[in-house]
Amino acid sequence: MTFPSPDSTPPRPSTPEARAFPTISLGLPSTAATRQGPARRMPSIEGSVLADRIYRLALLFFALCVPALLLLIFIEVGRAGWPALHEFGFRFLTSSTWDPVKGDFGAAPAIVGTLLTSFIALVIATPLALGAAIFLSEFSPSWLRQPVSFFIDLLAAVPSVVYGLWAVFFLLPLMRTGVMPFLRDTLHLGATPFFSGPAYGPSVLSAGMILAIMILPYIAAVSREVLLAVPRAQREAALALGATRWEAITGAVIPYARTGILGGVILGLGRALGETMAVTMVIGNRHEISASLFAPGYTMASLIANEFSEATTDIHISALMAVGFVLFVITLVVNGIARWMVSRMGAEVHA
Amino acid sequence: MAAAETVPMPDTSAPDAMVAMRCLALNAWFGTTHAVRDVTLDFPAHEVTAIIGPSGCGKSTLLRCLNRMHETVPLARVEGRVLFHGQDIYADGVDPIALRRHVGMVFQRPTPFPTMSIRDNVAAGLRAQPGVKLSAAAQDEVVGRAPREAALWDEVEGRLKESATGISGGQQQRLCIARALATSPHVLLLDEPTAALDPISTQKVEELVYELRKVMSVIIVTHNMQQAARVSDRTVFMLMGEMIEMAPTRKIFTTPTDPRTESYITGRFG
Amino acid sequence: MTSAASDHGAFSSPRARGLLRRRVVSVIMIVLTCVAAALAVVPLVVILAYLFKQGASALSFGFFTHMPKPVGEVGGGMANAILGTLILIGLAAAFGLPIGIGAGLYLAEHRGTRLANLVRFLADVLNGLPSIVMGIFAWQFLVKPFGHFSALAGGAALGAMMIPLVSRTTEEMVRTVPQALREAALALGYPRWRTSLQIVLRTALGGIVTGVLVAVARVAGETAPLLFTAFGNSFWSTNLRQPIAALPLQIFTYAISPYDDWHAQAWAGALVLIGLVLVISVTARFVTRARHGGGHG
Ligand SMILES: Nc1ncnc2c1ncn2[C@@H]1O[C@H](COP(=O)(O)OP(=O)(O)O)[C@@H](O)[C@H]1O
Ligand SMILES: [Mg+2]
Repeated sequence: MTFPSPDSTPPRPSTPEARAFPTISLGLPSTAATRQGPARRMPSIEGSVLADRIYRLALLFFALCVPALLLLIFIEVGRAGWPALHEFGFRFLTSSTWDPVKGDFGAAPAIVGTLLTSFIALVIATPLALGAAIFLSEFSPSWLRQPVSFFIDLLAAVPSVVYGLWAVFFLLPLMRTGVMPFLRDTLHLGATPFFSGPAYGPSVLSAGMILAIMILPYIAAVSREVLLAVPRAQREAALALGATRWEAITGAVIPYARTGILGGVILGLGRALGETMAVTMVIGNRHEISASLFAPGYTMASLIANEFSEATTDIHISALMAVGFVLFVITLVVNGIARWMVSRMGAEVHA
Repeated sequence: MAAAETVPMPDTSAPDAMVAMRCLALNAWFGTTHAVRDVTLDFPAHEVTAIIGPSGCGKSTLLRCLNRMHETVPLARVEGRVLFHGQDIYADGVDPIALRRHVGMVFQRPTPFPTMSIRDNVAAGLRAQPGVKLSAAAQDEVVGRAPREAALWDEVEGRLKESATGISGGQQQRLCIARALATSPHVLLLDEPTAALDPISTQKVEELVYELRKVMSVIIVTHNMQQAARVSDRTVFMLMGEMIEMAPTRKIFTTPTDPRTESYITGRFG
Repeated sequence: MTSAASDHGAFSSPRARGLLRRRVVSVIMIVLTCVAAALAVVPLVVILAYLFKQGASALSFGFFTHMPKPVGEVGGGMANAILGTLILIGLAAAFGLPIGIGAGLYLAEHRGTRLANLVRFLADVLNGLPSIVMGIFAWQFLVKPFGHFSALAGGAALGAMMIPLVSRTTEEMVRTVPQALREAALALGYPRWRTSLQIVLRTALGGIVTGVLVAVARVAGETAPLLFTAFGNSFWSTNLRQPIAALPLQIFTYAISPYDDWHAQAWAGALVLIGLVLVISVTARFVTRARHGGGHG
């Protein structure tokens, strides 16, 4: 095939007659193309079509990297954890023994610790974050809204090791000398098994506290955005019907926004489940299930962070990999449930 | 052009050399929407042809079939043939990208590239050509020529390096015309080019269209019948995807053949 | 609300009392949200104030230029860790940006297809992946086979964590580029790939840079993925195949050590790390604002 090179484009004619027989090639070996003068080969057709195809494939490749990476993580971590999962079977999830010397591993305390600390964090953070979000979106004077929002956004970007550092030197002493004695003695909660025992500082409760502080900005930021997105008419309609300002919020604004708020809460839960550094620094790292929140414990993430570099036997490494695999699966399920709930509630709203 | 004999020929068939673009039994769909129905017609070379018709009658779609822009829409489909100076642009092996450099297009809203200067916008079409490193002199030549042809030069002469988004809407639209003229197309397709412009800018673009016929063929879609009457040599009237009538503009606005054309022109629908 | 409903239709005093009660409840709840906002902000203020107090007193010019000193010797700095973190960020960007941006472009240009929906969902899943899991995966995949920790493995782990954020912002930003601009480029004879890269991507660049900076700020402070990959290094090393120091790792090591000197160093390191993250975040905001301020048609 022959193509005109762009620089052989005929000079611009000044009269209609001069352009009566245009010499144009669209890449076809047509009569018009044969009529034209010296034509040079140019990769115009194949060139651009091929380049487009390559580009398309490159984008597809990059897009497929995401599933491939996830699959690879699933397979590699699963494969590495398989010896332990295979050897200990279901007992791996239920047993509290974690004995690297004898090579006997059960991850129950870490699993319970993960769920417990995340639960504490949600219980503390959700009402505060929601209250803060409602304040910011509904009642805050506008001069306050911007700086407080900016501040909350910034805190979502503070690295977890910095939270951990602060917790070690500020939160733990505060827990030891203030919060824990207050809960146990002043409020007489020490009578229950949950708040009994000595107050050392490093504990499941402290881990829950630092997690609460860490996920609070996430939940608050998402909820605030969602609340601000609720149409004004929604509030005004409720107020016009005689609702008080608070009733307008609980009756008209929150129902409208609950899907998004729930999304924010679940996002926070996901963070809490997988959070590693800060928890490792304050939870006390003891492989035991205790009824008391004052007792030290472990989470799956902190167990891995703490023991992985010291693990020498293959089965110990495999057990830690298996813990990572279980953590992966739990976060997968949490994310899946969150998405399912959100889409279901979304459908409800539209119905 | 042996194949051309097997399909219906347009009523106003002229010698090939006088025809810029010829549609033969052209049909176009968006999914199941049949937007252009069996259109057969000639666009004469070095004339301005206006396409009029009520909104949604398929004017834009017909226009976009002429430079193969229609196929860039997902689920879009074309049947029939379009000859560009005798060559079927839908034949195998035709590169739509090469075609689009010969058949320029300007849209309803100005679309200057926001990341480029005025100068770079003008040269954009030339730079897009594969395998060609345009010399600075050639670029300067084009940047000096195209904005003059688009009646824009006086207004942008000193600000060629400024962002293309800093000029007025009318200037942006003429910049888009200059950008299309830079590749020296043989046909220029204009899809309601003045719909978003003020009257003064509109007048400038109309004068420009009138001048352009000296060097190329122009096909202009317009909503505005006065505009068609002012700038075009011929007018095509479309209705619900079909071409109803094509005639010299004077004739279509004075003595249309088809009663539907007359209804439209006298304002009975559309 | 219930009492109001039962008193419906009469100007009786119970109704007035109900209204009063509802008003009081409303005011109390509004005050409570103020309290919640204050309670939410207070610990955060305390953290930052404490960090600045502790960090500033430990921070000196030497911190940026000196190497860590052994226990017992006063002074020293984290020059190697600061350099290491910058190198790791660079590696992460080199691994994560092409994939993240490429995947984002794919998502934007194939919206609504089943594969795009799947990739978007999995990107969300990847975003929720605990960073420690990324760490052990990178160890298993990039450290164990080679027999030694390396900066490359750490950078790859961080890069993988950038992918979901970068691809989602790229998709969002590319979607804001008007279709008309794409059509204009195609109509000028731009091939699709050049339309996509030179027109669409370039127009969306401001927003994408913001997203990239946010992602960088996020991985700059990540520790867990580095524990078993970059591992840390108390010496000056720029060898990508060797373990490399990183600020978060150093902070962690020093924080859990029993030495006061090291604690002070940890605070100084935390302040520098926060400073780095803040600079990146504020730059991101600035880029966003400049883009919106610039405004294009
Ligand atoms: N992108 C599209 N997808 C689906 N249908 C379309 C699209 N663009 C146009 N159509 C339909 O095709 C028909 C012709 O449209 P168009 O050519 O744009 O009309 P006109 O330009 O004459 O107003 C209309 O019925 C319109 O609804
Ligand atoms: Mg139209």
